Amino acid sequence: MSVVTFFLHHRSEIWQAVLEHVWLVGATMLFAAVIGIPLGILVARRPWLSKPILGSANIAETIPSLALFGFLLPVPWLGGRADRLAITALTLYALLPIIRNTSEGIRGVDPAVRESARAMGMTEWQILTQVELPLSLSTVLAGVRIATVLTIGIATIAAAVGAGGLGEFIFRGLAMVNDQLILAGAIPAAMLAIVADLGLGLLERRLRPIR
Amino acid sequence: MRDQPNREAVIEFLHATFELPGRPALLRDVTLSVQRGDTLVLLGRSGAGKTTALKLINRLLETTHGDVCVEGRSTKQWDPIVLRRHIGYVVQEVGLFPHFTIEQNIALVPRLERWPDDRIRARVRELLLLVGLEPEKFIQRHPHQLSGGQRQRVGVARALAADPPILLMDEPFGALDPLTRGELQEEFQALQRRLGKTIVIVTHDVGEALLLGTRIGLVEAGELAGVYTPKDFLRSQQAVAAAYVAQFRAYEQLEGGA
Repeated sequence: MSVVTFFLHHRSEIWQAVLEHVWLVGATMLFAAVIGIPLGILVARRPWLSKPILGSANIAETIPSLALFGFLLPVPWLGGRADRLAITALTLYALLPIIRNTSEGIRGVDPAVRESARAMGMTEWQILTQVELPLSLSTVLAGVRIATVLTIGIATIAAAVGAGGLGEFIFRGLAMVNDQLILAGAIPAAMLAIVADLGLGLLERRLRPIR
Repeated sequence: MRDQPNREAVIEFLHATFELPGRPALLRDVTLSVQRGDTLVLLGRSGAGKTTALKLINRLLETTHGDVCVEGRSTKQWDPIVLRRHIGYVVQEVGLFPHFTIEQNIALVPRLERWPDDRIRARVRELLLLVGLEPEKFIQRHPHQLSGGQRQRVGVARALAADPPILLMDEPFGALDPLTRGELQEEFQALQRRLGKTIVIVTHDVGEALLLGTRIGLVEAGELAGVYTPKDFLRSQQAVAAAYVAQFRAYEQLEGGA
């Protein structure tokens, strides 16, 4: 049986797995952005926090993903549900690029622009929302894009703790020494990553500030 | 002129000192006052403390000793936001918002002050005409589409937008080529007579100081070396003032001889 016919045969299961995968990645990115962007702003504002915050995010990044899923398994509330566990672990991975790019983007705003905003009598909040964030949006989005692509890949490992997604096929294929099963997980995952990369890249270029 | 009774000190430095911990003071014990309608030029070398003095007025910096008062009240007692919207600010780098159109840039303070839209639009047109830019041509453009001189004009328009009684300018024409600078200085001089604002300008260009200042404050190594009328400045025996004047004369002679 060729890969194509295999895909056609199992299209509803594959589609189901794609949806699960998208859900895992989507929820992860939502959390990572909600946590990471404010942390990035904080790091830009208080440089002495840069070491502890970026350092922690960096350490999270170095833990092998399979091990991280394992570590979180005994944690009371998390271990109870596989998707909860998976999204938590994935969020930890996604944070670093988002925090780093947000703080870099904000620190990259021309100091003369920031100072004139202050001198015009804008409040700190107005400077953040009307000047700094709009001007660093494309850099922040680049961080989100990198994190998304990364998460799509790592999310395949979430199947190891039973969180579903495209990793299911890969793990089953590995166990059964079935290449077609592995490809049924790997190809859609790769395609998802490419689509996310292109789509977010396009958005990023459209939001790039004119200078 | 200084005997006129209706004139009042709009800006006052009272033994104003600004220092960062562990470093020599950037500004030491400066006392001076600027009367309503006056243009004070702070003249001095780079790093002399002129910009520091300027930033003390709109509280981008705060004195570490002494005080700076605006309209009779210490800047520390002003709400900094209210104070800054009361004072226009123009800097060499202009600091226009690159993601805003010219209209949005000029309209910044009126918008923060929640003026009605039609009043803002009318004001932007009025200001563009005032600084010599055609409204139709410029309102929809972005700062990067303008020349340096045009950007500086927009910077002046933005600072004047909410009609602040005080204007601070830090090397406003410093980054321009000599021809454009000369044009803008002359136009600004005419504008200044029309608007009657109280203005403080920071510059290291003695020609600019003599052209635009009603008074010249000489700043040297963090201290105020003296305050002069342009006439007095030209005759001053003070060493630094005399050096500036000598340099200016040499330049003028060169021009006269050409």
